[in-house]
Amino acid sequence: MSQVITIDRRGRLSRVAGQAYLWLLLVVLYAPILLILVFSFTKSKVFGNWTGFTLGLYENLFTGYDFEAQVRVDPNLYRAILYTGVIAIIAAVISTFLGTLAAIGIYNMRQRGRRIVSFLNSIPMINPDILTGISLFLLFVFLGISRGLGTVIAAHVVFCTPYVVLSVMPRIQKMNPNIYEAALDLGATPWQALRKVLVPELRPGMISGFLLALTLSIDDFGVTFFTKGSDGVETLSTFIYADARKGGLTPELRPLFSLIFLTILLLLIGMNIRTARNQKKLN
Amino acid sequence: MKLFRNRRSWAWPYILFLVLLVLLPLALIGVYAFTDQAGHFTLQNFVQFFSKSEAVNTFIYSIAVALVTTIVCLLLGYPAAYIMALRSFRTPAVMALLFILPMWINFLLRTIATVELFHMFNLPLGEGALLFGMVYDFLPFMIYPIYNTLQKMDVSLLEAAMDLGANRVQTFTKVVLPLSASGIYSGIVMVFMPTVSTFAISELLTHNKITLFGSLIQRSFGEGGIMMWNYGAALSLIMLVIIGATSFFGQNDNDDSQKGGLL
Repeated sequence: MSQVITIDRRGRLSRVAGQAYLWLLLVVLYAPILLILVFSFTKSKVFGNWTGFTLGLYENLFTGYDFEAQVRVDPNLYRAILYTGVIAIIAAVISTFLGTLAAIGIYNMRQRGRRIVSFLNSIPMINPDILTGISLFLLFVFLGISRGLGTVIAAHVVFCTPYVVLSVMPRIQKMNPNIYEAALDLGATPWQALRKVLVPELRPGMISGFLLALTLSIDDFGVTFFTKGSDGVETLSTFIYADARKGGLTPELRPLFSLIFLTILLLLIGMNIRTARNQKKLN
Repeated sequence: MKLFRNRRSWAWPYILFLVLLVLLPLALIGVYAFTDQAGHFTLQNFVQFFSKSEAVNTFIYSIAVALVTTIVCLLLGYPAAYIMALRSFRTPAVMALLFILPMWINFLLRTIATVELFHMFNLPLGEGALLFGMVYDFLPFMIYPIYNTLQKMDVSLLEAAMDLGANRVQTFTKVVLPLSASGIYSGIVMVFMPTVSTFAISELLTHNKITLFGSLIQRSFGEGGIMMWNYGAALSLIMLVIIGATSFFGQNDNDDSQKGGLL
């Protein structure tokens, strides 16, 4: 530890108390998730009913068929998974492209223009999802555009792109501003200069922006709810909402989200081990 | 290709996009709020809202719920962020990650699991469940910005304060608290805005027993059909004003973070 704080000489006791407090918060924070995990290993229809340990729900989830009850798992669940993925990927790709170009443009603007665009860029981040959703709903109604997959993707690009702009911007600021001109002077077309000089420089920012956009899109409920229309476009969020309002939750959601959670947990642990190892190497 | 040589122009597609899909839609909320179904100017939508005590009460109640949620999040979250950032934890980054990790599970599903937890302990689904669920959902949004500002703080400032004779309470109130003010501001904004506008969580947490302002707005765009859009737009405009005021409050002290961001 490079930064051991020595101010607190009454140290031990208060540190133990502090740690206990953090762990208590974490226990409460994780209790509902633990519940989902635990009840993914039982087959009861009703969440919260334990009817014995089984991997049945995992089997159902992967085969799409409940052999015991001789019924198909709700096909809408799989469509929702598919829609969630397709929407997230398309929206994230468009946002990354649009946001990166915009960040380069904004960086090269004069003070006043930069401030105006920065302000515009912050609106979708500040706006709560219900307002973004309703305002876009009114726009689509106003323009006579029927709502469906396209409007959902457009709406997701709206709230994802600002975050891409913000993640790319620090890379641009660190970059040598002359290398783009150098590439042009050496005979590259603007497109080549963008692809071969700018993009490699900005890639880390673009990747983190892309991942952020992906996460935001997958997690969204409010905006999707108002822009999806009634043509059967449902993401996991709106599917769960509709499910919960009907009263019962599709049991296969439990293993699905248990798996998502464990995957992300493993990814994070892996990333941490890697950075720890790299740090050791540096030392 | 002269257009692309000037890199300022690269922002134009996005600016156009923002005008079309952010500014115009927000303007439309205003247009719909001040017109009737035939498109004529009217204040009827607002009159309808302010004359219905039920709607006004829902509005006030929602703001109260959001305020209480924000205060509870601050009281629970500040110590957590403080402990993580300033006590010699072996792995503060891992701790911070642990607080964000739950956000990867769909919040509706987490909310439903919370309801199940309440069932298990035979707790009633009412105001208590609503507040618990809101705090549970938004606590990470409070912890994270505060943790970030505290972590950037120079520890030698604390040592200096102590050396110059300040006691622990003074060090905290005169040094730590002012230095973490920007984190507190953004934490408050990041919790208050989504809680005041939430609409699905309250329904799920209380089995529709408690209606919040967000749900009121949502319903005017739902089953009621076209008749309610103008009324819903008026409610949205009221919400927009609150959000605007809140974000203005949040910007007071955020000059530093802005510099790090876009400028």
